[in-house]
Amino acid sequence: MIAEIGLAALWLAAALAVLQMISGAFALKAGEGEVNPLAIYARPAAVVQAGLAVLAFAMLLWAFATTDLSIKLVATNSHSMKPLIYKITGTWGNHEGSMLLWVGVLALSGGLLAAFERRLPERTISATLAVQGFVALGFYAFLLLSSNPFERLPVPAIEGVGLNPLLQDIGLAIHPPTLYAGYVGLSVAFSLAMGALLTREVNPAFARVMRRWVLGAWVLLTLGITAGSYWAYYELGWGGWWFWDPVENASLMPWLAATALMHSVSVLAARDALRTWTIMLGVLAFSMSMLGTFLVRSGVLTSVHAFAVDPERGAFILGLLGLYIGGAFTIFALRAGAVAEGKRFAAISREGALVFNNVMLSAILAIVLLGTLYPLVTEAFDVRVSVGPPYFNPASAMFAVPMFLVMAVGPLLRWKDDSPKRLKIEAMVIAALLIGAIALVSFFGQFPFLPLLGLGLAAALAVAAFLPLRGRALARVPLATWGMVLAHFGVAVSLFGMACEGAFTEERLAAVAVGGTEQVGGFSATLQSVTPVAGPNWTALEARLAVSEDGGEPVILTPQARSFWSPPQSTSESALLTRWDGQLYAVIGNQAADGRWQIRMWWKPFVTFIWYGGLLIALGGILAIIGRVQVEAKRRRASAIGDERRAGLAALGAEPVPAE
Amino acid sequence: MNNRLLLWVPLALFAFIADLAGYMLTQEKDQFVESTMIGQPLPDFALKPAFAGLPGAAKADFTGKPRLLNIWASWCLPCIAEAPQLEALKAQGVEIVGIAIRDRPEDVANFLARHGNPYVRIGADDISEVQLAIGSSGVPETFVIDAKGVIRYQHIGDIRPEHVKLLLAELEKAK
Repeated sequence: MIAEIGLAALWLAAALAVLQMISGAFALKAGEGEVNPLAIYARPAAVVQAGLAVLAFAMLLWAFATTDLSIKLVATNSHSMKPLIYKITGTWGNHEGSMLLWVGVLALSGGLLAAFERRLPERTISATLAVQGFVALGFYAFLLLSSNPFERLPVPAIEGVGLNPLLQDIGLAIHPPTLYAGYVGLSVAFSLAMGALLTREVNPAFARVMRRWVLGAWVLLTLGITAGSYWAYYELGWGGWWFWDPVENASLMPWLAATALMHSVSVLAARDALRTWTIMLGVLAFSMSMLGTFLVRSGVLTSVHAFAVDPERGAFILGLLGLYIGGAFTIFALRAGAVAEGKRFAAISREGALVFNNVMLSAILAIVLLGTLYPLVTEAFDVRVSVGPPYFNPASAMFAVPMFLVMAVGPLLRWKDDSPKRLKIEAMVIAALLIGAIALVSFFGQFPFLPLLGLGLAAALAVAAFLPLRGRALARVPLATWGMVLAHFGVAVSLFGMACEGAFTEERLAAVAVGGTEQVGGFSATLQSVTPVAGPNWTALEARLAVSEDGGEPVILTPQARSFWSPPQSTSESALLTRWDGQLYAVIGNQAADGRWQIRMWWKPFVTFIWYGGLLIALGGILAIIGRVQVEAKRRRASAIGDERRAGLAALGAEPVPAE
Repeated sequence: MNNRLLLWVPLALFAFIADLAGYMLTQEKDQFVESTMIGQPLPDFALKPAFAGLPGAAKADFTGKPRLLNIWASWCLPCIAEAPQLEALKAQGVEIVGIAIRDRPEDVANFLARHGNPYVRIGADDISEVQLAIGSSGVPETFVIDAKGVIRYQHIGDIRPEHVKLLLAELEKAK
């Protein structure tokens, strides 16, 4: 029954998406300020559709939790002996389940928009919901026609085949749902952008509504990417934290677009400038989410953790992409010319700095996109290449470095027009920090250029992040400003971690006999034993490494070489020793013919700062959301009081005071 | 942004990417990792029996005529799906040597009782050593081994009805 309820809910949700789309589209037939009577079904349809999509997902979750082996998806991806937590995360650790999660979040955000958004003209909201329904419909069709998660087996399986062991990790419990919520949150930004474009309501009020969704999506993307990077770092056992893998790029690209969008939508909200640009980024950000999904899901790209899926499904998603992205950019090209560009500003101004950073972010986005797609281009000509860090690092740094520099100064500039003279002292402080840090580090040794530059920038940025607070009563600084300060400081912290990891990592690869000792970065590690251990669904060889720092008390590290038997696969479980100033990373490899074990160790100074920085950036975003909501609530109260006063004055026969 | 033509740039870029992706989707793709062992003699191995009813498997068993070497496991779902095809091959007089990967004797016995026993011998590969040595990356996989013990053909995944003829032809070629 469970599977049938889920499937029925999915079909009903699809039907409601049709209703939502058609009803919402009637809004466009009404004139400005009017509402077509047929458009009123869009909101309820969106809310009920959200409930049904969530119900469908809950049913699949239930089937996985109880290992219902009559469902094909469960039988091919789960196993009765798996720990419960991985049975649950297994729900979205596969193609169909993750697509259902995607649709569920999409419907839920559409439902939330329909239920709570009352500030925009009804006509714009209806048009927005029509677009949202249209997007949802495509993905329902994809699920129902080519990736049905509730398909039954003719005969129930006696046992499931398991779940990719790489995915049996707590990182998977958090990473994909967070990332998906972020991806799909951008769908609302996309729908809002299209709705506003179609109804010609591109203005600050629209931007304030959109900003909240962009901020939310951006925070979730930031957290998802941070978690994903840490997961790859400790789970893959390769010792790196960013591999420029197509799947990683697939989440980085929407993040870059969303970061640009967040800044540009703020300019539109505060200053009524950058209208076309904001709409373009709104379309682009969600396009990148969909493109990412396509690249990962279609099997077009090969990656360590891409999901191999047949080309038929790839063609279906490509069709959807053509419809949505192609359609959106066509409407954009036709309509955007009619949207006035908004207020003008001088090159040197807060807006100017934000535009500069937007352009730099877009350039980095283009570089990542190019690097990700380039192997596809060459493969079309039968040449196989892989594009890696040697391309991505310097190419993205070329635009990231000027961006970081402007990012240090930008928040200090005034809106509309400013003069460089006013910031003489601040600019000098930032420059001095930059040069000082580089000089100091290069004095102590030979380091590669990029990490060195990174260290200098991190130092300058860390201080510059707090400069906007200078000379202000801290208690009265708006929460949104604190959010910006914290997020920019987080960027500095991450940059510091990356630069230190790049410049100071020490690596030791050695063949060690039991009882032997190896040194790495101030630590000495003794291999005490290598013994077999067993887990719920794996067996492993576990090394006991007694690690002591400068002859202090030893700490036991236990890296494992794991073998899963359903499906059979080997993974390397790294062991980490975390200190405030870095991490010792140990991996056990193969046994050599002479009985010695391959042990690989890295001392990575301040590597954890990369992820602390990510968390700070997300926290900054959360503060900004709270701050905006507070300001919004205050404004509404104030305008309610204003209405009362005006009404009171009108009753007395006085001239009404214009609002705002 | 005064130039209205600029507004068409995103669409043009997207069209290019979509075309490219579409082209790539229509291309045949090597989905599988082929063993580099094809054309090579089997590596040395001698596995103990996987359960009490049949002898174990060793390299020495592969002489005199071509045989199939089937890598499988009782816990593997596609192995159930391919069981009838193995029976069909057996009915055609093909000798099939099984290697059970990370399995338990009682599970093996159970599986054979339920889905039929096409094997003449089954070796127990508890740590996947033989599987890795002959370049197999998953279960099930089937190899055609000629009369001299040389690997001639590798079939990845379960044997579906349409593959039976193909395998018989490969066995014929290996004579």
